Amino acid sequence: MIAPAPPAQVPRWVTHVLVPVANLAVAFIIAGIIIALIGEDPWQAMKLLVLGAFGATDLIGFTLYYTTNFIFTGLAVAIAFHCGLFNIGGEGQAYIGGLGVGLVSLALVGWPAPIVILIAIAASMLFGAAWAFVPGYLQAKRGSHVVITTIMFNFLAAALMTYLLVEVLIEPGQQGPQSREFDANAWLPFMHDVFGAVGITIGQSSLNLSFVIALIAAVLVWVFIWHTRWGFEIRTVGANQAAAIYAGISPSRNIILAMVVSGGLAGMVGINEIIGVHHRLILDFPAGFGFVGIAVALMGRNHPLGIFFAALLFGMLYQGGSELSFDIPTITRDMVVVIQGLVILFSGAMEHVFRPHIVAAYLRVTRRRTPMAAE
Amino acid sequence: MEEFFTMVVLIADATLRVATPLILAALAGLFAERSGVVDIALEGKLLGAAFAAATVAAVSHSAWLGLAAGIAFAVALAMVHAYACVTHKGDQVVSGMAINILVAGLGPTLALAWFHQGGQTPRVEGNARFHPWHWPGAEAIADVPVIGPIYFEIVSGHNVFVYLAILAVPLTAWVVYKTRFGLRLRAVGESPEAVDTAGISVDRMRYQALIVTGVLCGIGGTYLAIAQNAGFLRNMSAGQGFIALAALIFGKWRPWPTMFACFLFAFTDAVQTRLQGVDIPGIGIIPVQFIQALPFALTVILLAGFVGKAVAPRASGIPYIKER
Repeated sequence: MIAPAPPAQVPRWVTHVLVPVANLAVAFIIAGIIIALIGEDPWQAMKLLVLGAFGATDLIGFTLYYTTNFIFTGLAVAIAFHCGLFNIGGEGQAYIGGLGVGLVSLALVGWPAPIVILIAIAASMLFGAAWAFVPGYLQAKRGSHVVITTIMFNFLAAALMTYLLVEVLIEPGQQGPQSREFDANAWLPFMHDVFGAVGITIGQSSLNLSFVIALIAAVLVWVFIWHTRWGFEIRTVGANQAAAIYAGISPSRNIILAMVVSGGLAGMVGINEIIGVHHRLILDFPAGFGFVGIAVALMGRNHPLGIFFAALLFGMLYQGGSELSFDIPTITRDMVVVIQGLVILFSGAMEHVFRPHIVAAYLRVTRRRTPMAAE
Repeated sequence: MEEFFTMVVLIADATLRVATPLILAALAGLFAERSGVVDIALEGKLLGAAFAAATVAAVSHSAWLGLAAGIAFAVALAMVHAYACVTHKGDQVVSGMAINILVAGLGPTLALAWFHQGGQTPRVEGNARFHPWHWPGAEAIADVPVIGPIYFEIVSGHNVFVYLAILAVPLTAWVVYKTRFGLRLRAVGESPEAVDTAGISVDRMRYQALIVTGVLCGIGGTYLAIAQNAGFLRNMSAGQGFIALAALIFGKWRPWPTMFACFLFAFTDAVQTRLQGVDIPGIGIIPVQFIQALPFALTVILLAGFVGKAVAPRASGIPYIKER
């Protein structure tokens, strides 16, 4: 076994770029082997995937539409991570966030569009935050492990939403469990309409203003985590609880705060999905986005910029993957789920497998180049 | 009265059938967590074993080969978990998540490529399935009042795995509390430093525990795919691995209480299917979703400490790093 080198000896780009890229490469090589195993050409699949994600403006639009969800859930997981918490509940928080959006949009009939949309955005955050508050509170005050409680809360959210959609919010006379369509004043404008208004024609896609909101959220999270007192306290608690207590920082307060912010961010998936695209409350709309957030945060090293690129990668996989399944019917959405699992496995669980080797290899190369520096 | 009695017997019968994969998976989790490794990948291992068992059974027409494949695949997944978390001290929750997600995608992907039936395996019949065991005389006394139905429906006529799951409980209790392996297992989950000091390898113990976890999940998944059902379906484990995890917490990481927790959850499920749309006097119709959510809600309440305290093995979830 290779002893890990002190981090000071390696420049940041090695640990922040080289290591994640290497982990990702391993995940993709294995995915390629699986594609070869099912009798398809991995290179051909890769080409179709990239073309399907970036080959035309409408395809790019769909890619960015998925990216939007992954930015929200990736940021959500990252905030909790900074506090040493593992929020597996993004799925449920997104679902309940969507409920908030839906209730507002159904209730505020006839109100001016900007006000409805602003209240809906606030509701998404509020509902998501409330759903994450309970596990956060239980972790902070009663020591119930947040991983288990958030798993349970995902199931509870799914049950609650199924009940509400089947029994309460269902559109009268409708067979499928979904609410009535919102009035147009609750719709978030599509990007092709926004661009169209200023005379630029782009392909029609699901991409809507939520993408801009996601980018703003990423910047705000960056400010929050690294440039506010709250962010500092959260990071301190995450790094060393004992030290935090010694410094007069309350771990329980920050655990709850981190979970609430995390849940609020996950809840914002509801904006993109509910008032951005579907314009009604539907069953199962989070479709695994909460779980992808884990992979996104791990790959993005819990930094908003990293999360943006990781979210873009998964947006590409989702959009390219669905185009791919048109061309190669044996490769379905499930293959994207496989890749997602592999990415989490290699960039998360197995990061210690490769990192020492990469760092050691880097040091060997640099020492050879500058033999004096090693002395 | 007659009708009520029949209903009770049928619910007991259904409870046993539903509880079987839960008991197997929960005992699997018990071995992992008692050794100090958190295993939220029970779900993935059940599903993976179900896929492997159904695939091999469909191709080989042998249920026993299916079982072997189910166990082998679940053990392989457990070894991935062990390699990441025990050997390389990776995050156990992240690894568990990764396995769950990986398997959820892998099964349908491979099934679609191999069988072209929309991500499921072909129906398995005959020798490719495990069939119920009919105990001697069950048919003969089926019509005898009270004893007849109890013997016919509850005691007899189950799959071999149902009996196996229940037998696994005393066996687990014996292994955990009465054997040297069990003593070390409990020690390594509570205080790995002590085990290490005694000259026993912590990593080796955890690997061994995770092999047992894999075997038990393998049997559970095989039961799902080729005993309870006749083939692999997408997401057929449907959260049972997580309910097993809940039962394990409920049972406070002890074999017998864990089994009863599994029975409780299975019972609510069995009752739920019978109560669908039934108007209960004074209560009305209970929405199905609430009953389905019960295990999860109960777990949260239990974890919050409102119903006694659930204390996990002390070292559970913490990678053991030898002091140098």
